[in-house]
Amino acid sequence: MYMKDVMVQNQVGLHARPATFFIQKANEFKSSIWVEKEERRVNAKSLLGVLSLGIVGGTTIKVMADGADEEAAVDSLIKLIQSGFSE
Amino acid sequence: MEIKFSVTLAKIIKEIDLEVSYMPEEPEEIKIFSRDITRPGLELTGFLDFFDNSRIMIFGNTENSYLNKFSSEQRFHVIERLFALQPPAIIVTRNIIPYGELMSAAEKYKVPVLRSAETTSVLSASLVSLLNTELAPRVTRHGVLVEVYGEGLLIVGDSGVGKSETAIELVKRGHRLIADDAVEIRRISNKQLIGSSPANIRHFIELRGIGIINARRLFGMGSVKMSEKIDMVINLELWDNKKVYDRMGMKNEMTEILGNQVPILTIPVKPGRNLAVIIEVAAMNNRQRKMGYNAARELFQLLGLEYPEDEEEDGVKTISF
Repeated sequence: MYMKDVMVQNQVGLHARPATFFIQKANEFKSSIWVEKEERRVNAKSLLGVLSLGIVGGTTIKVMADGADEEAAVDSLIKLIQSGFSE
Repeated sequence: MEIKFSVTLAKIIKEIDLEVSYMPEEPEEIKIFSRDITRPGLELTGFLDFFDNSRIMIFGNTENSYLNKFSSEQRFHVIERLFALQPPAIIVTRNIIPYGELMSAAEKYKVPVLRSAETTSVLSASLVSLLNTELAPRVTRHGVLVEVYGEGLLIVGDSGVGKSETAIELVKRGHRLIADDAVEIRRISNKQLIGSSPANIRHFIELRGIGIINARRLFGMGSVKMSEKIDMVINLELWDNKKVYDRMGMKNEMTEILGNQVPILTIPVKPGRNLAVIIEVAAMNNRQRKMGYNAARELFQLLGLEYPEDEEEDGVKTISF
């Protein structure tokens, strides 16, 4: 299990298009990946799950992964969030 | 990591129909953390050694009659001794009009006083059941919760294995959807788990190729439910030619959710396999087993063979998903 905290800085947060980019990225990895906000944890590969967390700009979330490519998964998702989804 | 859950007094008042006699602050702001309640029989006599001030206190006929024995001054003293310990709220049952001394002690120590028309036993039962549901340990799991022929089935499996598609097919066949993608599970007793959807995505389903749909709008009220118990877990996994799948149905595999044991069935997925029908059969078979019938056992009997009961015992292995 590998995990990192990150603050979502873009204005809309993990909603609409940023959320789809995020899920697409998560689906590229084999590991099981989760996003945690406060005490709720959802699968990072599921759109509705991630949307249900209601992550707005300024929220700190935890990205965690478990599996063969866990470090690469968490790091590239964190990078995607920090870049403000500009890819 | 134990998370303390709470429920607001406002919700309790609304759910079990209480009348407010005295409320020191917004009931939305008063949080209840304890799943237990207390009837202050011994405490009224002054025995306060094990008093737990996180519990809601219920005053019934007995307590009220006991208070009747005292003079006004003594009565205030007896009640004050109790209220000084700051219980979160007092409920007076049977529509009893609380003593003036009780009201003034409540105001002095800012203890909310509520009234109910029910008898103490009926009120206790509904209050405990509400507290057990609201304060139950909970977890969010990835999967789909559907109700098939009255059985609550939690369908799990990797992303893209076809959980949502299967759910849609089941809904089209007349079954009900409770939650897609994220299922909030509460453990309301050591036997019962209840699943529901996070409110903000309730009854929406994401279907690859189509996008997000609203099952309630598309299929109607009869196709959805707010919550359902979890009777069985269905684990969908891609068909692996090297793996041996259960052919007889003699193995009892269990999985653990929040410490409760739940039967789990692994169903291999292959393109063209009609999963909805298989899941319907699994639901009916699960119910039949609960009612004491085992098809494999009957077949063995017909064949004149001994049913390997031991194997069934050994077969209880716990697998996680």
